[in-house]
Amino acid sequence: MPEIALPLFLCLLIPLALVGMALINTGLNRSRNAAHSVLSSLCAASVAVLAFVIVGSAISGVAGEPAHTISIAGRAWGWAGGGALFARSFHVTDWHGLLALIFQLFAVSLAAQIPVAGGAERWRLTATCLSTGFLAALVFPFVDFWIWGGGFLSQLGSNYGLGNGFVDAGGAGVIQLTGGLTALVMAWLLGARQGKFTGEGVPLAMPGHNAMIVLVGSLLALVGWMGLIGAGAVLFYNAGPGMLLMAVINTLVAASGGALSALLTTRTRFGKPDASLTANGWVCALVAVSASAPFVKIPEALLIGLVAGVVVVFAIEVVELRMQVDDPAGAISVHAVGGVWGLLAAGMFVSGQGQFLAQLIGVGTVIGFVVPLAYVVNYGMNRVVPHRVDPAGERQGLDLHELGAGAYPEFVTHREDFLRR
Amino acid sequence: MIELRIAGILLMLAGWMLMLAAVVMLNSLPARTGFASAGLAVEILGLALLAGAHIPKRKKRDA
Repeated sequence: MPEIALPLFLCLLIPLALVGMALINTGLNRSRNAAHSVLSSLCAASVAVLAFVIVGSAISGVAGEPAHTISIAGRAWGWAGGGALFARSFHVTDWHGLLALIFQLFAVSLAAQIPVAGGAERWRLTATCLSTGFLAALVFPFVDFWIWGGGFLSQLGSNYGLGNGFVDAGGAGVIQLTGGLTALVMAWLLGARQGKFTGEGVPLAMPGHNAMIVLVGSLLALVGWMGLIGAGAVLFYNAGPGMLLMAVINTLVAASGGALSALLTTRTRFGKPDASLTANGWVCALVAVSASAPFVKIPEALLIGLVAGVVVVFAIEVVELRMQVDDPAGAISVHAVGGVWGLLAAGMFVSGQGQFLAQLIGVGTVIGFVVPLAYVVNYGMNRVVPHRVDPAGERQGLDLHELGAGAYPEFVTHREDFLRR
Repeated sequence: MIELRIAGILLMLAGWMLMLAAVVMLNSLPARTGFASAGLAVEILGLALLAGAHIPKRKKRDA
């Protein structure tokens, strides 16, 4: 019993990251969509769990159990797990496999929330659930197996002498980059919110309705991330007490560095610090350090966080101004860009010859697999089940249009109805 | 614009395959790194094409 206590405790902290992200996403949306935003997060998590249990767990497999491999130039490449549908491969006597399943269920829930943030304020709930089901059943499990389940990315070290193979303790690739790239795909397919861009392509500010819950969400996310990174390190990298303690310290140091560097960057660029961008800097640093927190030194973790905080501010500008992508919560910049930085930083700071190349291949694999697959399938889904809410519903707000009730029934949520014309 | 999207997706797949081929077919670390980087550059080009296909045509402001 004592041997499961620590990893189980760490896994049970991960829902705090789910709560934190739901709060951040909702706070950055307008009040007319607040209830719908949180409900979408809840539904996405629920659908993700069920889809993973029914289908995904068969693909992600059980570590140490036989898997599907192909032989390439004399070397075995694991491409999918050999599990059974409905998680029938997991047995009550295999507590390590069950712990890994618990961790993966929370991980897929977290990954599912990221596209919800990218498509916020115009993505219908039914379509959200359908898309999430596909992500959890057929996209996430492959990436999960390749990186955590003994698949070909984790075998780059043993097969080709590339360092320790692709390293990703807390899911910077499996969760964050996968989710962030899917958010980008959904933002493209859904299009921008009404009134976001002028005819000349100038983006207009649509501030979130509650900066306080964004910041509180960031603080909660820290605890969840510590659980995520710690559990990943123990379950997939056999981390001992020292590495676990280092992971906790590095996570906190990186987040602190990310928040402060984002604050200073916005203070310098805009004259005053920006609360939501500072929160994004904090989370982006968490995303970035999750790849390597148990393995790097404290100054390296600080550097990872500092760079993440600066990068996210500029990435949000590039995504909005140059790419003309409407991303209400900055999900693409925080999770995709932060994930890429974290994975490459792991290549720079984790020791092992060829480690950087292993990280490069992993990043390229996730991008090359997730974007085409997510784009083609969601494009097809959109033709059958329209993803975007109609314009009148979007203007009214998804709370009233889809749910029939607003999150703040006592307050005015449509300021423009009361302005003199 | 649909052609641009298809081209972008195919380029991304090609870039990914290039990266994997670099690891399988080459032996020295510098050569593998160089070709894998080239593969990643092809992928990013594909991503850029896909991104470009989603940038709407905008009106120019009158002078």
